[in-house]
Amino acid sequence: MKARHLVPLIVFTALALLFGYVLVKMNKGEYNPREIPTEFIGRKAPAVEIPWLYDRNQRVSSAKYAGKVWLINFWGTWCPECWKEHEFLLHLSRQGVPIFGVDWRDDDQEAIGFLRSKGDPFDQVGVDPRSDLAIEWGVYGAPETFLIDAEGVIREKHAGALTPEVWNTKFAPYFLGREAVP
Amino acid sequence: MIPELGHFALILALVVALVQGVFPLVGAHRGYASWVALARPASRLQFLLLLVSFSCLTWSFLKSDFSVLYVAQNSNTRLPEIFKFSAVWGAHEGSLLLWALILSAWTAAVTLFGRSLSPLMMARVLGVLGLVATGFLAFLTFTSNPFERLVPAAAEGRDLNPLLQDIGLIMHPPMLYMGYVGFAIPFAFAIAAMLGGRLDAAWARWSRPWTQIAWVFLTLGIALGSWWAYYELGWGGWWFWDPVENASFMPWLAGTALMHSLAVTEKRGAFKAWTVLLAIFTFSLSLLGTFLVRSGVLTSVHAFASDPSRGLFILLFLAAVVGSSLALYAARASKVRSRVHFEPVSREAALLLNNVILVVTTVSILLGTLYPLIVDALGGGKISVGPPYFNAVFIPLTTPLVILLGAGTLARWKRDRFADIWAKVRLAFVASLVFGLAFPAVAMGGFSWRAALGMTLAFWVFFTTLKAVRDSARGRGIGGLSLSQWGMALGHLGVGVFIVGVTLTSIYSTEKDVRLEPGDTYELGGYLFHFKGTTHLKGPNYEGDRGEVVVTREGEVVATLYPEKRNYLSGMPMTEAGIDAGLTRDLFVALGEPLGDGAWAVRLYHKPFVRWIWLGALIMALGGVCSALDRRYRVLARRQREALAGGVA
Repeated sequence: MKARHLVPLIVFTALALLFGYVLVKMNKGEYNPREIPTEFIGRKAPAVEIPWLYDRNQRVSSAKYAGKVWLINFWGTWCPECWKEHEFLLHLSRQGVPIFGVDWRDDDQEAIGFLRSKGDPFDQVGVDPRSDLAIEWGVYGAPETFLIDAEGVIREKHAGALTPEVWNTKFAPYFLGREAVP
Repeated sequence: MIPELGHFALILALVVALVQGVFPLVGAHRGYASWVALARPASRLQFLLLLVSFSCLTWSFLKSDFSVLYVAQNSNTRLPEIFKFSAVWGAHEGSLLLWALILSAWTAAVTLFGRSLSPLMMARVLGVLGLVATGFLAFLTFTSNPFERLVPAAAEGRDLNPLLQDIGLIMHPPMLYMGYVGFAIPFAFAIAAMLGGRLDAAWARWSRPWTQIAWVFLTLGIALGSWWAYYELGWGGWWFWDPVENASFMPWLAGTALMHSLAVTEKRGAFKAWTVLLAIFTFSLSLLGTFLVRSGVLTSVHAFASDPSRGLFILLFLAAVVGSSLALYAARASKVRSRVHFEPVSREAALLLNNVILVVTTVSILLGTLYPLIVDALGGGKISVGPPYFNAVFIPLTTPLVILLGAGTLARWKRDRFADIWAKVRLAFVASLVFGLAFPAVAMGGFSWRAALGMTLAFWVFFTTLKAVRDSARGRGIGGLSLSQWGMALGHLGVGVFIVGVTLTSIYSTEKDVRLEPGDTYELGGYLFHFKGTTHLKGPNYEGDRGEVVVTREGEVVATLYPEKRNYLSGMPMTEAGIDAGLTRDLFVALGEPLGDGAWAVRLYHKPFVRWIWLGALIMALGGVCSALDRRYRVLARRQREALAGGVA
């Protein structure tokens, strides 16, 4: 065996080790190539005032949450990930977490039917048929959930279905010491 | 029931692939004839099972069975039928199943067309392919099951990514996979030849047509993707040096090198070890592409739903396949001796240089693609390597390659002299210089040195190729050329046509972002664009606006274009450009954002010769088909069959 015939194997091994290293870091959550730091964390939340899902002539607003910790959740009946997190949202709402639902680019009747049959976890729910609000909040896809603290500042954001693990690591700490601890 | 049937067939296919991978290889090593004989039926059975499995998934899509999670995530009752069908490979799980199906189809094709292979060689080839298939099927079964049920079933599906709802995208992934997976065949031949200890010209002759066909598919797949990006994304570009594009381009470059080095190994018996290494390299790059795309380690517009645990699986698989083949190579390559000599000026030397340049280019692209990952992983922050790097590397490397192409095709095997080659290319050299310098000034109405360089290279390819065709036709007429000679000529002409397209499009294109109100006109590249306004549009699963733009030149109507801005039910906006295609220029209109009062931000392009880019790829592919169909492969197969039959009798 000549040394030069080993060169390809050595180069490849080095490359494979690099990939392995990156993947292990990704699995530990220390590295995420897709995590583009959002500009919204730490910023004042934009005021929300949108038509009510059940009657578009009435409006729902975020003003009532002043001084409270609350969530805003972008969802749609067209999004299977949203169905997945629905149970957990119901659980949160039973624990007293105020969730402002935004039914994003959806059919109103389907959304109402969905909430009637599966339960309504939202403190109030509005519609965003033209993505105006979604764009203002920099929403990437549904579902997406933001946490706003008592001072009205966005503290956390989660893209994808909410799970107990995500809740416990990212969101729950903001509810400690308040009554709404699920 | 149907999804369970598909799932069951998938699991059976995994078991059969394992049998196909283990028994024939061990049998060939130990000399158990009955184990060797398992190879062929197992390969065919595996294909059949995967066909059943794939059909079941297709059935679930066509019937909109949203109790299957994958279907619910990627289809929708309002989706047109044809896209329900193509949605089968619209995301990770289904496309992986398609990949496995194609691999088994290639394997089954080897059992059909490789009848004259010795039973031992056949067993080893099928065994290697069986092991590769085992890896992919295990990946499917354990991490990416497309038949997973959704309980309770969804009432409606999420809809296919609107980007994928396009005719170009129906064909793009299957073509690419045919190419990627096709390179498994020369890889398997190379490994089998090393296992058997016989690295001779015979394996090169066997692998050559397979490599060419795989290369043809990859060429078409990449060209389709580029064409689709051009008209669908509304960016007007045709190549973006995106990591995933690079992932398909690297095996293409390596495969191109492999085709050329196989020619030397077959004809002259030289470069034996090198060709084996290239076969491994090419297939490794195909696997690496899969890893990069599906593990999520690189960010790209081709966002597959990624998952690091999947990434780890592919990495382990990659390490097993590539690591073991390179170890085998290290052990066997030293024993290979090429007793063939050639001079520094000869066809062999030219092809060697061709290989060196292609491999260096491939490695440079690999480096550029991985560099952001390396820097980010080592804590150096987020950087992105873009077109400036790739263009700066690619153009200086490929320019000498194109010059070499012209001289190399006219050089003699074994030994030649510079003076003789010069005598052959003299006329072509002068002519290409004259035409190349004149063309930009005369035909394009504006001289540019870069355009002159590009056009000179293109004419150089045309003229030297014509000269080579004329030389080979001497004495027997143009009809006397073998298909393989036609293949080479077409392949190289395709390169020339491609260079014309790239050069003229990138230098003479004009684009403008303008605000147009209904009734406004704008002049670009000698054409007048009249914006007539927009009308509301309602499609099966989208709504949007459709603009009308009438293009005139010197008072005559050239085309009426209807660019669209669609909003899909899934919430994704999409741009459909209005394009008037022509051999010498494309006119391209894309709608941007509405600006109120009927006014729109509109993007206008005039792109000279852009079609030549894909036309070039098409001609190259045609060349590949010609070469693969060459008589001598068929004659060879028949002769060996007869010899075998004679031997038995």
